[in-house]
Amino acid sequence: MAKSTYYIPVGPIHPALKEPIRVEAEVEGEKIVKVDVKRGFAHRGIEYMGMKRNAIQTLYLSERICGICSISHPYAFVITAEKALGIEAPPRAQYIRTIIAELERIHSHILWLGVIAHEMGFDTLLFWTWKGREKVLDLLEFITGNRINYSMYMIGGARRDLKEKHIRAIKDAIDYYWKFTEHMKEIFLSDPVYKARTRNVAKVSKDIALKLNLVGPIARAAGIRMDVRQDMPYDAYADIDVRAVVPQDIVGEVYGDAYDVTMVRIYEIEQSLDIIEYCVDNLPEGKILAIPNYVALLAKIRRTKGEAIGAHEAPRGEVIHYLKFDGRDGPSVWKVIAPSYNNINSWGPLLIGAEVADIPIVVAYIDPCMCCNDRVAVVKTKDGNELGYTEIRKKCLEKTEKIRRELK
Amino acid sequence: MGKLDNFKRSLWVFHASGGSCNACDIEIVAALTPRYDVERFGIKLVGSPRHADVLLVTGAIPRDFADKLRRVYEQMPEPKAVVVVGNCGTSGGVFYDSYNIAGPIDEIIPVDVYVPGCPPRPEAIIDAVVKAWLKVEKLEKKLEGKEE
Ligand code: SF4
Repeated sequence: MAKSTYYIPVGPIHPALKEPIRVEAEVEGEKIVKVDVKRGFAHRGIEYMGMKRNAIQTLYLSERICGICSISHPYAFVITAEKALGIEAPPRAQYIRTIIAELERIHSHILWLGVIAHEMGFDTLLFWTWKGREKVLDLLEFITGNRINYSMYMIGGARRDLKEKHIRAIKDAIDYYWKFTEHMKEIFLSDPVYKARTRNVAKVSKDIALKLNLVGPIARAAGIRMDVRQDMPYDAYADIDVRAVVPQDIVGEVYGDAYDVTMVRIYEIEQSLDIIEYCVDNLPEGKILAIPNYVALLAKIRRTKGEAIGAHEAPRGEVIHYLKFDGRDGPSVWKVIAPSYNNINSWGPLLIGAEVADIPIVVAYIDPCMCCNDRVAVVKTKDGNELGYTEIRKKCLEKTEKIRRELK
Repeated sequence: MGKLDNFKRSLWVFHASGGSCNACDIEIVAALTPRYDVERFGIKLVGSPRHADVLLVTGAIPRDFADKLRRVYEQMPEPKAVVVVGNCGTSGGVFYDSYNIAGPIDEIIPVDVYVPGCPPRPEAIIDAVVKAWLKVEKLEKKLEGKEE
């Protein structure tokens, strides 16, 4: 029998992917009939390392979970830790943290717009959007001292204060971005080619979005009103009435496709500008750290027992952290859930039946972030055999037994 | 530092990302975009290691990625140079005590230039690529039998 399907492996090192992941597709002509996504190439065991270090070191480690939204994980971390330890950040610090998080959303969304333009073949657009992105990176560098990985947060506050000159620079950037987003709307949303290329591509219905637990802009583009900033407000968001940006509020109809995702992301930049404007105008006076002395902070962590779950709305969706402190100066349990972990689930259903030429759009539209979500996927024994779930469970029971014996 | 006098073509770069946190990777992309614009020097990211003169590697390398990186390195034609971008590829950085890291990159493939920083600035990355360029040029001279 003649062979009718072909097998296309993509990754883990591939020019279209900035990060290691492997997509294996079986195609019949132009149509994809089977896909398999293999992840786990960027697994670094961060949670495990965090459970060996003290909480302040772990905070820096959490920043290195992901470098694109490098404030999202620390934000979720400090919120969770503050809940677990019963510390409250001073109001000024809360506002500063919100400002930084929203500035980061601006840079992350613009980055995504450039990437999706690049995947579609509009390289000029990639360069133009990334040129616009440099402005907010400059601003972040001016405020925090680094273009990426800002090290701005601390359990119980923020590490750097906003001075008059920073506020002037923020206002200046806000003006710039109001104009820039207007321009982006024109270029992305009114361009007939862009619209034709993204309309009905990577289309997610509300049902599928709920079933696959999609989060962030992808879920909002499917018409679901969910946003951690709206549902469980924290820091300055509690003072601002943040509403999830959904396409039905913008144009009155929902497709849930890549075009809608683009729209949601551009309007979210405007929402971020509004939030920053509010925070800058209403910035409270006062100190920025609840416990300015780190030795005292670590001592307090050692004395406190507690656990908590905290969440932050990252540019790609909700980031959830769980922390447990019991008697050590760092977390004894740390669990991280990143948005891409849920969103990658949409690749399977979206790719089956799609054309090969649409793979990059489907892959890029969720703005995947491998380094956030890689887990240990397959366990192999030394002689190369794969371990099934039963054996892993058996090992797990053995370890429990061993620990039990040791503790006796 | 020497002068570039022998290299007759543009320098092509391949980028492989291991267990990085992505920050170094986007700084590499930022180096390509209008603010830094390395393409004006002819430096270009290419899609295959077989076309590349310089390999940029980011991130601490997880265990199951190590042999893939080795294969990428072996596919590159001589003369070639390797640049490690970022602390975590140079020394393990914040991930030094991870159970899934195969070690700093220089324990896996030979490295010529290190760029410290977490993440380094795009200027530093460009500087490193230029240093690698000099090295590639020296190697090319050797290959052509023209000793300095
Ligand atoms: S050196 Fe730092 S910024 Fe660069 S990839 Fe490693 S952890 Fe991320």
